[in-house]
This record gives sequence, C-alpha cells and structure tokens, in this order.
Amino acid sequence: MPHRTFLWFILPSLTAMILFIALPIVSVVIQSLHVEHEQVLVTVENCGPFGCTEETRVDRAATEALREAQPLGRFNGLGTYLDRRHLATAEVAEAWRSSETMGQFWGRLMNLPFYKALAFTLAYTFIVTPLVLVLGLAIALGVNGLPRLMRGPTIFFSLLPMIVTPLIGSLVLFWMIDADGVIGATLARLFDDPNLSLKASPTLTWITIFVYGVWHSAPFAFIVFYAGLQTVPEETLEAAMIDGANRWERIRYVVIPHLMPLAVFITLMQLMDNFRVFEPIVGFQAQASATSLSYIIYSDLRGDVQQFGSAAATSVLTILGVAILLAPVLVRTWRDFNRKRA
Amino acid sequence: MGASRRSTALVVISTALVALWVILAAFPFLWTLWGSFKVQGDFFSRSDWMNALTGPLTQEQTGGAFTGQGYWGAWVESGFWRNVVNTGIVVVCTVVISLTLGTLGGYALARSGFRYAFWLLMIALVFRAMPHITLVSGYLLPFFEWNLWGHLPTAIIVLVAINQPFTLWMLHSFFLNIPKDLDESAMVDGCTRFQAFRHVIMPVMWPGVITTGLFSFLLAYNDFAVTAMLLSSENQTMVPRIASFLGSVQQEGNVMFAVAAVVSATAPLFVLILFFQRQIVSGLTAGAVKG
Amino acid sequence: MSFPRLTTLTAVATILGASAAMADCGIASGRVAILSNDFPALQAMAAAAAECASATVTVTANQTTEHRDIQVAALTANPAEYTSAVVANSSIVPLMNAGLIRPLDDLIAQYAPDLPQLNRITIDGQTMAVAFMANAQHLYLREDVLAQVGAEAPATYEEVLEVLAAIREAGIMEHPFAMNTGAGWNLGEEFVNMYLGHGGDLFEPGTANPSINNETGVATLEMLAALNAYANPDFLTFDSNATQALWESGQIAVGYMWGSRAAGILDAENSTPEITGATALAAAPTVGGGTVPASTLWWDGFTIAANISDEDAAATFQALMHGLRPEVITANNDAAVWLMPGFTPGASAEGVSATANAGARPYPMLPYAGLLHTALGNELAAFLQGQESAEQALADVEAAYIAAAREQGFLQ
Repeated sequence: MPHRTFLWFILPSLTAMILFIALPIVSVVIQSLHVEHEQVLVTVENCGPFGCTEETRVDRAATEALREAQPLGRFNGLGTYLDRRHLATAEVAEAWRSSETMGQFWGRLMNLPFYKALAFTLAYTFIVTPLVLVLGLAIALGVNGLPRLMRGPTIFFSLLPMIVTPLIGSLVLFWMIDADGVIGATLARLFDDPNLSLKASPTLTWITIFVYGVWHSAPFAFIVFYAGLQTVPEETLEAAMIDGANRWERIRYVVIPHLMPLAVFITLMQLMDNFRVFEPIVGFQAQASATSLSYIIYSDLRGDVQQFGSAAATSVLTILGVAILLAPVLVRTWRDFNRKRA
Repeated sequence: MGASRRSTALVVISTALVALWVILAAFPFLWTLWGSFKVQGDFFSRSDWMNALTGPLTQEQTGGAFTGQGYWGAWVESGFWRNVVNTGIVVVCTVVISLTLGTLGGYALARSGFRYAFWLLMIALVFRAMPHITLVSGYLLPFFEWNLWGHLPTAIIVLVAINQPFTLWMLHSFFLNIPKDLDESAMVDGCTRFQAFRHVIMPVMWPGVITTGLFSFLLAYNDFAVTAMLLSSENQTMVPRIASFLGSVQQEGNVMFAVAAVVSATAPLFVLILFFQRQIVSGLTAGAVKG
Repeated sequence: MSFPRLTTLTAVATILGASAAMADCGIASGRVAILSNDFPALQAMAAAAAECASATVTVTANQTTEHRDIQVAALTANPAEYTSAVVANSSIVPLMNAGLIRPLDDLIAQYAPDLPQLNRITIDGQTMAVAFMANAQHLYLREDVLAQVGAEAPATYEEVLEVLAAIREAGIMEHPFAMNTGAGWNLGEEFVNMYLGHGGDLFEPGTANPSINNETGVATLEMLAALNAYANPDFLTFDSNATQALWESGQIAVGYMWGSRAAGILDAENSTPEITGATALAAAPTVGGGTVPASTLWWDGFTIAANISDEDAAATFQALMHGLRPEVITANNDAAVWLMPGFTPGASAEGVSATANAGARPYPMLPYAGLLHTALGNELAAFLQGQESAEQALADVEAAYIAAAREQGFLQ
C-alpha cells in the first residue's frame, strides 16, 4: 500500500490518538521532570465559626512572580523519579548498606511505597494472568463439550463477571466476604474458624483480590478461546485420532497449538490490564494491605492537594514497566511480522 | 470431537466443572437481583446473612416480602433514566466512531507491508498502558479553558481515543485473515483502494467488527474514570451516578438505589449478549484475534 | 484561644439574620453556576438558589462527589466554569493557593451586612468564604450497654478504654468499639484528631516542617492501637458507611463517627427501636490529660470564583444567600448542623454542638496540611497491623510528607 493511501486511511485514528494520548503523555513526561516553585509562606490570622488561629498561607504575590518567570516550575531532572516516593535510590542504597541479611533488606525495601506497590502489582500480574488463561481454556473446553442446547445459556451466565460494573460488583462482593456476609460466614464454617476474616490479614486480602481478578477476567479468556475452538480443523483431529492419540494428546498437540495465537493475544491484554490493577483495591478497601502502582497515582491525584508531578512520574514508570513486561510478546510479534513480509 | 466417543467420566468431570463455574459466575449477580427487592438492612445485614434471603426487616418496614423502593427511588425520585439516556448516547456514539476509525486504520495497518505500520501498532499498544486517571487529570485544565468540559461529545471523543489502540489491534489482526487477493483483484479491475475497501472488504468484515464493537461497548459502558471526571451532573452517565448513590464520608448514601440501578443497568447488557452471542462467537471464529 | 459557643451564637444569628432574608432574590442579571458535593443539605440549598432563575439570570448546579478533583481546573479557566465552589476547611486551601476565589467583604457589605462574624471565614482579614454548616466526629454511646456494666458516659479516652474493657469482660460484646479507621483519608483524619487532642501541633509554627515524630505522636498511635484492640479485626477497612452499619445492627456499643451521620443513625431505617432509643450522642473525649476534645471541627461554606465578572459574582452571592434563607434551613433542619438562622438544634446536632462547645480545634487550614494527611493515611496502616513500631511509622510519615512537600515547593 503506498504511503499516501496508508496515511489517509490511518489519519482519523492517528489524529485522535495523537491529540488525546500522545500529547498528554508528552505533557506528563515534562511535568514529571519539574517541581513546583518555592511557595512563599506568610503567617496570618484566620477566623471562622470556631474561633481564630494563627496559620500560614501562601503569599500569592511573591509566588505568582516566580510562576510567571517559569510557568512549568523548577526543572528537577530525574529528581522526582529518584525520591522516596518513587525509585527511592538513596533509601535503597542506605538499606542495602545497613542491612545484614537479605530478609532485613527486603523488609526495608517493602517499607518504601513504590516497591511495596510494585511487589503487589507484579504478584497480581503473574498470578492472575496464567490462572485466567488456564481457567478460560478449561471452561471453553468444558462448554464446547456440552450439548448444543445448553451452550447458549452457559455462555450467557459465564460472561456475567465481565459485564457487571466493577464498581458495584466489588461493593456487593465486599459485603459478601465480610465475616457476617454469606461468603465470609460460609468460609468460616468451612474452615471451622469463627474468627476468620478475609479483610484483616494482608495475606488473605491478597488472595481475595487475586481470586476476584481471576473471576473478573476469566470470561474474557473463555470467550476468545471458545471462539477459537470452533475453528479447530476437524481433519487434523480425526487424523490424530486414527493415529491413536488419546483425548489429552489431541488437546496437547492439536488444540493448544491452534489456540496459541489467541493465547498470545489474551496474555498481552491481560498483562497490560493486570499491571494496572486498581478497582479491586478501592472496591475492597484493601489499601492497608495491598497497593498497586495505579493506586499510588490515584492517591496522589485525589485529596485536597493534587500532586501532578509525582503522579506523572509514577505513570511514566508504569508505562516503562508495561513495555518491559510486553517485550517478549512484542519480539515474537515482530518476528511474525517479518516472516509475513518475507 | 463427537461426544459419543468420550468416556462418561470425562463428560461428568467437564460438565461438573462448567456447572461450578456457572454458579460462581452467576451467584453474586443473582444474589444482587434478589436483594434489590429487599431493604438495605436486610441485603446488607450485619446480624445474619440469611436476612438477605428471608427479609425480616423488609417485611417489617414495607409490609411485604419484596419491595420496589430501590427501583422507585432510583428511577423516579432520582431521575436515573436521564443517566440511562446519556449512557445510551455515549455508548452508541463511541462504538460507531471507534469502529469507523478503527476499520479504516486497522485495514491500512493490515495491508501496509512497511515496518512503520508495525511500529505504529506497537506504540499504540504501549499508549494503552497509560493509566486513564493520569490522562484524564491532564485533560481537565485545557478542557475548561476551551469550554469543552462537561459535554457529551467531549467524553465520547476521549473514550474513542482511549479505545483506539485496542480497536486497531483487534481489527488489524482480523483484516490480516481476509485474503489479500480479494481487494487486490478488485484494484486490478480499476477500483481505487477506498472503493476496494468499500465494495469488497466491507461486506465480509462484519463478524470481526461486531466482536470488536462489543468489547468497545463494554469499555465505554463500564467506564468510570473518564465519565466521572469529564461530565457535568446533568450529562452524567450511569456508572458515576451509581457511585454517587453510595454516599460520601459526610453523608449516608442510598445504597439500595445503587443496587437497583446496577440491576437495571445490567438488564440491557443481557439482551445485548443474548442477541449478539452468535455474532461474537462467529466474529472471533473468523479470526478477529491473533497474537 | 477561646472558642465561641456554637448554640449561643446560632441563637444570636437567628435574631440578626431575620432582617437579612429577602422575599425575592432581587438580582438584575448574571450567571450563577454552583459546584458542590452531592448530598441532601446541599441539594436543598442549590434548589432554593435556583428559584432566582429568571429571563436574565441563569442558575445551574453541578453536584458531584468528584467536586474536589475538578474544582481547581474549573475555576482556573477564564471565565471560570463555575461562579461558586462549595468547600470545607481543607478544600478551600488549593483554591486559596492558586488565588482562584475572591474576597467577599464588598458583597457582604452590600447584600448581607448583618451576616454574623461566625459565618465569615476570614483569612488575613479578608472574608474568603461564607460558612453555613458544621461537622465533627464525636462519641456515640449505647446507654443500655453502659448501664449493664454500670458505667457513666466517658469523658476521656482513658475512661473509654475502661468502659470497653468492662463490656468485653462482661461478655456482652467481643468487639464493642469502632471508629473510621479505613486506610487512607479516614485513618489520617483519626490521627489528626487524636494528635490535636493530645495538644500536639502537626507542624513547627510558621513553617511547613512536620513535627509529629515525637512523644505526642507515639502516645497518639498507642491510643489508636489500644482503642482498636476493641474493634473488629477488619477495622482498617472501616469507612463511615461501615461504622454506621455496625452501629445500626447493634454490634458496637461505643462509636466515634461523624456528626453528619447522626440523623441517619437516629432514624428508624435499617435499625431497631431498641438501638436507636438507647443511642446517646456525646462530645468527643479528651485524651492524655488534654483539655480539648480529640476531634477537629469542620465547616462547609461557599466561595465565589475570582475569574468571573463582578455582575456574576454579585448574582451568585445573592442567589446563594437566597438558597440559605431561614425558611430553607427550617425546612431542612435535620439535614445538617446548620450555622444559619432558622436552625433549631435537634437531637442529631447534640454531638457536634457539645464537641464545639468543649473547645475542639478546627481542622487546620494550612496549604500543606493535605499532603501530611495523605502521608498519614498511607503510612500508618503498617503500625496498626503490628508490622512496625510507632517510631518507624511516624518516621515514614515524615519522610513521605517531606518528599511530597519538596515537590510542591513548600520545603526546600
């Protein structure tokens, strides 16, 4: 396809992405390299319904003058990236020097917000993604084996976890897993431990969020795999059967290779979405035990003072993280692409 | 894979697995559906979860085993229908525009043999990694400055843009599976590229488009980050409205309004999934997704 | 520092304010656009303000729980998207920092000269907001349970601990206590309350340097841990909705919750008459020999945008005062603890009034208080989970705050 035609076809899509994604990313990167101007503070008397107090405020005129001179703020280079709330290079080096055992170092590392969040994010990504793939495939194979009449309703119910708004899905589940809720109470009876609480211990909170993640994403993998199963070449399967392959061998050597491209697609999407895990943390109010990179960004942007610079730095680090995670898949796609060109 | 050739044990195991999964998948929703006809004290009962099933407080407070209070409150008192209309507009426009841009772009990416097409796709994919909340916070100031904030078209365009990488990726892989000969022979016959696309490709692309459309639909329908921050309250869509029923630190919410609203918000999705079930599957079958 | 007596002042306000109320709004023309949170008291105000709409006056309101996240951007635009933002002690700060709201002294002099000092939020002598509602966290007590263990209403947290121990020993409840300790903003707020109750100051006076990693800070954390030993082990997930539900189901006997929840707790909905009938509201207790209640006082008030025409500002001020006239307040008496004429403090306002009258301190209106609050909310959970010492937790909070304050330019 000539370059010109290509450009005309892609132009509308490209314009939208440049305007609303690329330009904001550029601005985010620039913001992450700057910090706010020095805020000139003055002490004044503030009064209200509850009396008067001496408090400080920002001296507007003085601060405004600084801002006019440099509208972006003070250039800080990678300072924000390296401070305690992000990569915390100084703190990590200090912990490395002063720790005697790896365990001690790990403990200190986990006390730093970024690494704590990264640990959960990675654990979530690498536990939930494979489980989603396996569960999705298992359900797809199971549904495929059902009588035709049963398949429709089954597919329909299977998709429910994906289509119920996560906000409310997690609210209802949060109540259900309460010690007094239906799931929490049932589990307590099952394990014969009346004090069992899924919300109190960090480990159980992590497991709860993982289970929720698998539950929520499995339908996506299921529907993609199920569709793929419809196109498994019948002849190959029959040939394999004539050669004496049992059911497992047929799945292993015929079905799975056929579904491989779909598995790559699901992995790609899941890695990316799981790395940005956020809703279940807020939905399950799990901030005390589990934070993710997206949660740190949210926490910076919420509240009374919005910390754009810090959120911007974490966002850039998130993008880099996703790029690293996806690298193997991307290399594979690049090879395929070149093979097709050849 | 004829069912007759399989051992009974396997059939039992795989059916049991599917049955277990269906229960796990549907249970919270069915629980919510049942509970939406109870009062808050029953559905969110602290004393005994059985209350959500039996509803003693519902009986006491309303005189019946079931109550439509949540639905009445959400739809009539709080005017939830306006949010439903807004969601309808946002979702339909987002899906139509996404697919229009996406099919054109995806087709071009699939047919261009140049390396930059690959890199474009890769960059689009990495773009997708940007947390939405950061993007949206960045939009706020310019949108207010240019008086774009709060309007439905703004939210629609933003949703389209944010969904483009996914749409492009899916449609591009779909077009890869349509044989090149099809449109190239049309061009040999004197069609321009666009005419070939219009007359030869469009008739065969629908399964892939419908599948992609369903995923865009779900993204737009369930979106919270964009719609909560970019729409004013009169243009609010369903999901942020449901969130506002939940209350804040200061004020108790109308949680049952939210529960009823969620059940009503999921109803159209049922119809949609039932209706498009065959198309989703056949669309994916036609090779819409390839790694 | 002396604090006015809330109820007395409200009574005075009733007399003074009656003449200020106007029958119609008397606005010639202008644009009124209100940005506020979304709850019944504010909805009533906005609806009443909307009565001022005419051929020449437009009145719109955007009431959303996301209001804090959009207010700075919305008021930075010129002309501002909203002519008024409804704020609280803490959310007025970013608007002040960026100079986005205008002094109201001229408007007050012209349109509401009788507005009591009580309602004027003055910063460095200029009135920047008109406060109309108050809120605070205070004690909720189950009188029947207290009577069972023969305890009086506790006035200090040390007494609260004794009561809790007695309830547990008597086998009445295993977890008789709850406060809003959900990790994040709620937990940060509980620390601030308890720390101010101990007589501490969050910052070195006149600077943005934190001063919480000290004996007072440790005592504060230890008290929070001691109290929450009597709370359900899930306490780090407790927000206002959770604690209110616990109370209404009768699972706790002593609660520390927001005054704005009192009306909902005292009504019959979702609870039983035995529980609501035995619920008493009391001032927040003092702690550690301190003299003021361990709670912070909050006000809600309206501000007027700077980046709008004087005509729109005047129209907005008049419309909002119309929305807060005594008839509106009287009609919505129980929706809030109003600071406006027309309000008759009812049972649900007792806790807030008692806390204010006992001299609780207002939540600090400092430009960098929000940063410390965020750091507290994020870093203290590890201590309450027993994963680190109080000193370590406080050191972490200070380190997190200092990094944030440097980025924001408050510290060098």
